[in-house]
Amino acid sequence: MSEYTGARGTAWFRALTGNLPPMTGDPRSVLTADASIGDTRARFLCVVPDPQARFPCARHGEVGLEEAYTLATRVREVIDSDQNIVKRPIIAIVDVKSQAYGRREETAAIFLAAAAAADAYGSARLAGHPVIALVVGHAFSGGFLTHGYQANRILAFDDDGVMIHAMHKEAAARITRRSVENLDKLGKTIPPLSYDVRDFAKLGLLHKLLHVENPDHPSETETRKVRDELLAAIEDARRSPWDLRNRLESKEARDTRRATIRTRALLETQWREEPGQTGS
Amino acid sequence: MSAARDDLAFINRQSFIELQARERAKALFDAETARELVGPFDRVESPWLPLQGVTPQSDDGCVVMKGKISGRPAVVVALEGAFQGGSLGEVSGAKLTAALDLARADSERGILTAAVLLLETGGVRLQEANLGLAAIAEIMAAILALRPYAPVISVVAGTVGCFGGMSLAAGLSSYIVMTREARLGLNGPEVIEQESGIDEFDSSDRALIWAIHGGEQRYATGLADALVEDDTQQVGAAIRGLIAKGVPTVHRSSQVAVYRKRIEALDPTRQFDPKELRAQWGAGDSAPDGISAGGVSAGEEERS
Repeated sequence: MSEYTGARGTAWFRALTGNLPPMTGDPRSVLTADASIGDTRARFLCVVPDPQARFPCARHGEVGLEEAYTLATRVREVIDSDQNIVKRPIIAIVDVKSQAYGRREETAAIFLAAAAAADAYGSARLAGHPVIALVVGHAFSGGFLTHGYQANRILAFDDDGVMIHAMHKEAAARITRRSVENLDKLGKTIPPLSYDVRDFAKLGLLHKLLHVENPDHPSETETRKVRDELLAAIEDARRSPWDLRNRLESKEARDTRRATIRTRALLETQWREEPGQTGS
Repeated sequence: MSAARDDLAFINRQSFIELQARERAKALFDAETARELVGPFDRVESPWLPLQGVTPQSDDGCVVMKGKISGRPAVVVALEGAFQGGSLGEVSGAKLTAALDLARADSERGILTAAVLLLETGGVRLQEANLGLAAIAEIMAAILALRPYAPVISVVAGTVGCFGGMSLAAGLSSYIVMTREARLGLNGPEVIEQESGIDEFDSSDRALIWAIHGGEQRYATGLADALVEDDTQQVGAAIRGLIAKGVPTVHRSSQVAVYRKRIEALDPTRQFDPKELRAQWGAGDSAPDGISAGGVSAGEEERS
């Protein structure tokens, strides 16, 4: 179990963009740069903690109102400018604590802000941009839905510091009336409950787990390796349909998400039947 | 309309909220056109709940119906707030996603099929945690893929409200319909109180909750497109009106410049007064379509 610091996002953003200065004019909690990858350029985006952020509940790596609208703006910029040329890849480096939990956020409709960012990422994918999420640290709940989960391909580090989950462990235990120990135990046999990224990989949602020696301090060799993996994922995405069907086609998904696959197949069959033919 | 007639209408109304998910879905279709898909007799249940000693339900709390509304093809998906708080698990999530995907596939080949989502939900079902979150991401992707062809209408009517990840699904919709009883937000008051303290949000303050998350406020700030009474007739009429209106020129969640500016203009050194926000975001903006009281029009986006 690792505490969230948000340092990894910054570290990998710098490493993968070759220390390019982030674009100016945005809140400091969102880093954006266009950097070379292979013989192409990609837009890299990352949400990082900013202790001086304007919104008090979004100072520790949470995705708040400003973060979400900034992501949406920077992603839409790419869609708009690449309309008639080869679609630039968009790379979301993910290390987010969660969404922002605040009254200001709710009053000013953070649900719409988060939807706007997801809309931008999803629209980019549908427009033909390879969208790749690289989970280097935490990817929690609404934070991940806002930044990363609409990607064509999701890569994650095979590391204890990586955590992808619907809710922080303490809160999930409290709400489901379990102890944290009990929750950990259940996670060992019920993969969707687990906080271990290797169990997450069993759900079949990941394109690949990447092993890196030191995820906190990216070396040149490791950066090169991760860049190659990103390129491979970009190429794979370019060759594939622009929906999320790959999340159901992996070997792991065919096993763990059997209920999803069965439900979809049954619904499709019944959908196509003429009215009056169904028994129920 | 006189006050007496209003009272009579109120007495004679059929509550929408009090209906169960199946009845709510059915009530929206043209008579004799609705049929349920993957219904309770198909017994597609959550494989994860029994492993945790929780009794599953034969429809996993999600009802899918296909039929016609105003003579046009439509699919309605109703979440049952009474089962696990309307939360999304693997099966309910797959039903909702598949319904949207099939509506898109039909729409692509010329059979334009609108989707109506009756959202009574707290979001991810924590007993299925990561598969619930994954399902919500896929639901969002499916809404995005369908809405260029046919409107996706989210209805938040009941007292469960629409929270968590599913509030993003509502946010991506073409239109949102709410009642005064309903609430819509990313984080519920209890969650905020737990995470950020009682000074940030006192979850026992019901007036505060409805002032922020309530249907009236969402409508008055242009974040919902219709505010209706808890009346099946009114809900149905609002949905038929929005289906007739068709796909919006620009979806609300794509109007980034407008909303980003609005956030920049706020002073976060203090809490925002919901009433002030109505003045700032609500009436005054052009709403040429006449549906949305304070909705942002496509024209405003172009100007900004």
